Amino acid sequence: MTAANGERTLWEYLADFSENHSPLDFVLIADHIDKFFYGALLTLEITLISLIIGGLLAIPLAVARAYRRPWLNRPIWCFTYFFRGTPLLVQTYLVYYGLAQFDFVRESFLWDPVLSSPWWCALITFSLNTAAYTTEFLRGAIENTAKGEIEAAKACGMPTLRMLRRIILPSAFRRALPAYSNEVIFMLHSSVVLSTITLQDILGVGRWLNGRYYLAYEGFITAMLFYMALVFLISRGFRVWESRWLKHLRPRETADA
Amino acid sequence: MLLLSGTAVTIQLALGSLALSVLLGLVGASAKLAKSPLSNRIASAYTTLIRGVPDLVLMMLLFYGGQQIVNDLGSLTGLWGYVEINQFIAGVWSIGFVFGAYMTETFRGAILAIPRGQIEAGISVGMRPSQIFRRITWPQMVRHALPSFTNNWLVLIKATALVSVIGLHDLVWNASTAGRSVREPFTFMFAVLVIYLILTACSDVGLRWIERRYNVGVDRA
Repeated sequence: MTAANGERTLWEYLADFSENHSPLDFVLIADHIDKFFYGALLTLEITLISLIIGGLLAIPLAVARAYRRPWLNRPIWCFTYFFRGTPLLVQTYLVYYGLAQFDFVRESFLWDPVLSSPWWCALITFSLNTAAYTTEFLRGAIENTAKGEIEAAKACGMPTLRMLRRIILPSAFRRALPAYSNEVIFMLHSSVVLSTITLQDILGVGRWLNGRYYLAYEGFITAMLFYMALVFLISRGFRVWESRWLKHLRPRETADA
Repeated sequence: MLLLSGTAVTIQLALGSLALSVLLGLVGASAKLAKSPLSNRIASAYTTLIRGVPDLVLMMLLFYGGQQIVNDLGSLTGLWGYVEINQFIAGVWSIGFVFGAYMTETFRGAILAIPRGQIEAGISVGMRPSQIFRRITWPQMVRHALPSFTNNWLVLIKATALVSVIGLHDLVWNASTAGRSVREPFTFMFAVLVIYLILTACSDVGLRWIERRYNVGVDRA
């Protein structure tokens, strides 16, 4: 009883404040906050799954590119160049709106469950996109492996695959980690494209609110705060991860400091 | 043709927001390097905000919300009547604002990369501050900033595609309407991708040429 009472006065206070003192209608935001949380779930879901798929794709591609096998290097270069040189929005449009142009796509067994759904189209495009970016900086990290480490591995008689697994990739992942945190944040930023193919991600909810009540600030500022919170959490997480993985690179602290 | 006029709009938008972002970047970098803690605080709030918020969100806030502000101000002061913010201006301002933050970091790093001793040497031979900027800081800053500048510019070109979402008749918007009306969306979108590839490839080549020019006289390993 008292709890309900307290809630009501808080609610009334909020309503009064929104009506008389603030340019933002907090009641409207509070009414729709659950939609924003669902939107955040969708944003995170697609971002995370495509980062995982893209990351797994990028490892073999980066290795192939770093070892410069000519028949692999060229096509992979074309793939990364294409995806890195064009906007994600247009790539997503191409897959979601464009593929429907072809009858054989529409009649194939993939159409009904996968290619006609915006969720799957976004997932496919995002995965390929992040795979392209990740391939390139992972390749850079692999090529930067200290020569001595490779020579030492060869001197011990390690076969190439084991050398990759034990020597090259672990240190390359460490070196690529700061660049990867940027890629994750960029991927979160790019996920706003979801709202352009009818999905209700965070921005999608903001746009819906704007379209329905014709109030721009409420929807977009709330969306902005949600994105900022996510970016903050992600960069925090990466800082912890970096401090674990890159411990050996930290300047040594002196005893008295 | 629709695609060509759209491309022209896209290029104008990209160049306009590039100019704004370079300006904001220079201001931001000097604010970050200045001694006053207030300007440091403002500049880092700016870059943190931009890192936290996707560009499309800012663009929509500016396009829909900015209009509300301008009109509220107008009716409050009675100075102007109903104004409509056009998509081009909203696009230039929001993209310029976003990339201004990235440019801030670029220029800050570039200025910090110049050895302090060179500026001191300039002072000691009696150069004026403007001379120091023109002869010592600027040429080296450009050299240090170029790789990151190139990167920012390539991301900026791709970000211009987003203005089609708020309805500017740019390359993407034109192509998707045309594609829908003739029922060949794939063909048109693919053409858009090729045009973007050409734009990025050309600017890559151009900027690399500039980079070579500014690196004349640098000993490379």
